Amino acid sequence: MSDSNKILEEITSSEYKWGFVTDIDNDSLPKGLNEDTVRYISAKKNEPEWLLEWRLDAFRKWLKMEEPIWPNVTYPKIDFQDIIYYSAPKQKVTLNSLDEIDPELRATFEKLGISLDEQKRMTGVAVDAVIDSVSITTTFKVKLSELGIIFCSMSEAVQEHPELVRKYLGSVVPVTDNYYAALNSAVFSDGSFCYIPKGVRSPMELSTYFRINAANTGQFERTLLIADESSYVSYLEGCTAPVRDENQLHAAVVELVAMEKAEIKYSTVQNWYPGDKNGKGGIYNFVTKRGICAGDYAKISWTQVETGSAVTWKYPSCILKGDHSIGEFYSVAVTNNYQQADTGTKMIHIGKNTKSRIVSKGISAGHSHNSYRGLVKVMKRAEGARNYSQCDSLLMGDQCGAHTFPYIEVENNTSTVEHEATTSKIGEDQIFYCNQRGIATEKAVALIVNGYCKEVLNQLPMEFAVEAQKLLAISLEGSVG
Amino acid sequence: MLSIKNLHARIEEKEILRGINLEVKAGEVHAIMGPNGSGKSTLASVLAGRSDYEVTSGSVTLNGKDLLDLSPEDRAREGVFLAFQYPIEIPGVSTINFMKTAVNEIREYRGQETMDAVSFLKLMKEKMKLVEIDESLLKRALNEGFSGGEKKRNEIFQMAMLEPSLAILDETDSGLDIDALRIVANGVNKLKTPNNATIVVTHYQRLLDYIIPDFVHVLYKGRIVKSGTKELALELEEKGYDWIKAEADAQTV
Repeated sequence: MSDSNKILEEITSSEYKWGFVTDIDNDSLPKGLNEDTVRYISAKKNEPEWLLEWRLDAFRKWLKMEEPIWPNVTYPKIDFQDIIYYSAPKQKVTLNSLDEIDPELRATFEKLGISLDEQKRMTGVAVDAVIDSVSITTTFKVKLSELGIIFCSMSEAVQEHPELVRKYLGSVVPVTDNYYAALNSAVFSDGSFCYIPKGVRSPMELSTYFRINAANTGQFERTLLIADESSYVSYLEGCTAPVRDENQLHAAVVELVAMEKAEIKYSTVQNWYPGDKNGKGGIYNFVTKRGICAGDYAKISWTQVETGSAVTWKYPSCILKGDHSIGEFYSVAVTNNYQQADTGTKMIHIGKNTKSRIVSKGISAGHSHNSYRGLVKVMKRAEGARNYSQCDSLLMGDQCGAHTFPYIEVENNTSTVEHEATTSKIGEDQIFYCNQRGIATEKAVALIVNGYCKEVLNQLPMEFAVEAQKLLAISLEGSVG
Repeated sequence: MLSIKNLHARIEEKEILRGINLEVKAGEVHAIMGPNGSGKSTLASVLAGRSDYEVTSGSVTLNGKDLLDLSPEDRAREGVFLAFQYPIEIPGVSTINFMKTAVNEIREYRGQETMDAVSFLKLMKEKMKLVEIDESLLKRALNEGFSGGEKKRNEIFQMAMLEPSLAILDETDSGLDIDALRIVANGVNKLKTPNNATIVVTHYQRLLDYIIPDFVHVLYKGRIVKSGTKELALELEEKGYDWIKAEADAQTV
């Protein structure tokens, strides 16, 4: 074995820092899934009849659907009866102030680096925190509401803004879109809701932190974000989970709606527990994320840094319906040890002169498999549509795999579609060059990887970018090549 | 400062260095010359700790420390600097960022405080002037799309930033036009102090017009077969290497 391989194996041995379990009393349903589970969740949330019917409809449709087998990932069949579908930390139902949050819970979020204490906040980020199945708190709510911005948990939105929820829920990702979206529609427990009114630019980053704490619990959150005409919002999403031997399921749905001239920037740093060195445990992350540029000149930009999860299956997409609308997808996906990722995007060009840009950077180390899967579809009436795709893969060591599955469907001849792809390895020459300047191998790898991902990291808000850089370094600890 | 004794090294099964002996004192400039394939670049690589080469016997000490026992990064931190013949590209990483990391890694090793952005920038400006390099070049991704001359100038800039006690220039003159050569040589000369030493590895005498060596050594078949002063380099320029090869081959028979 060459030196680089040896070092590589050593580096693939870092520990997951966010693997602690918080000891909080939970109010949980027993394991299992049937119509009663759906009814229980809906009742627990005091939902209106139409929503219960919507859920039940989704559940019945889900029963008839098949689990997708086309992704380039393998995992044992999931026993959907062996999952807890609802788990909420026990605490008073309504909180009058942040001080009333369970101290254990607060400590959890402090450990995650999320201070819920508004007084101490310097960053100007409004946070909605979702632990297990329910949203715990939303900070900065008052300040945002002065501008007419609604930023709250999905459960709250159902109670207080039912007309908005009813209008948009499932409008971008229909109930039957795919197997996991249907499941989510039936049993989603909470998530974040956001509405930016006409002409308003959100003065701060809106952020949601997701954490799975309880064992055997699936997390099915639902996020709905609506940016009305000429508004702007930048939204951040972060995820972590404790270290557990069993796999846990995370099947979220995110829907974005951008009206005329509105812009949504959606950034994710996904760091779910990836499983241990031998591939035991970890989160199954089967997520449907889609945005629609409903009006002319609308823009939706997805940026994701994916370092966690045992298996990831995720394609944040844009439907470019409005003329001149723009869709962007910037992604860094890191897999190490036995992680598997099948991720990419779909850009559906419907409107005239629509533009999309895809920049995907895959990094595979250890025994992992990393696939890019992307669809660029240009419809007949999308005259003058343009797409540019760039898919790069970086390999570390010789035990991992990188795969690219680009699909291009063009139905008119006035559009331009460009696709570029590269595969490279971190060279021993590059490492030696860094070593010779006094930089140790691990740091050299972090430096090279950050350079490789720069185009994507640059898209993230400043603080998130710093966090993402550190995360990349940690994820690849022990995998130098 | 640097003491090389009976150094043997090989790559795979091929022995390339076959008993090098060399003493370099502080303040000195040594030129290593020799025909292609004589082992010049191998010597530079072995001193820097490249893992492709295996040292089979001999010793190398730098200021009394066993160099061969140290990792490449620790050798650098102890003051060994190699200006590469073919500097490597690192996409997306600017020279500034790269150097900031290097400087602070070295400072940490030496138990010094890490440098903040302000003092780093100040140091950088100072060294930029010294080696006549433009800031715009340093903001670009390291060596990516650089011309041959820009790469070599960037190496000398890095050398200025890291202030090594032993600088090894591996064929720094290759691929340089006369103006670039002069700028690079000026940089090296300005960095010379009574406390550091320089080893210039070169095939041609040309560079030695600008960087005046105290000693010239001729490497042939993995050994130093002749040592002298600057005049030896001139003689080589005039007569080529054949007479030295003949001399050396006669001795070994």
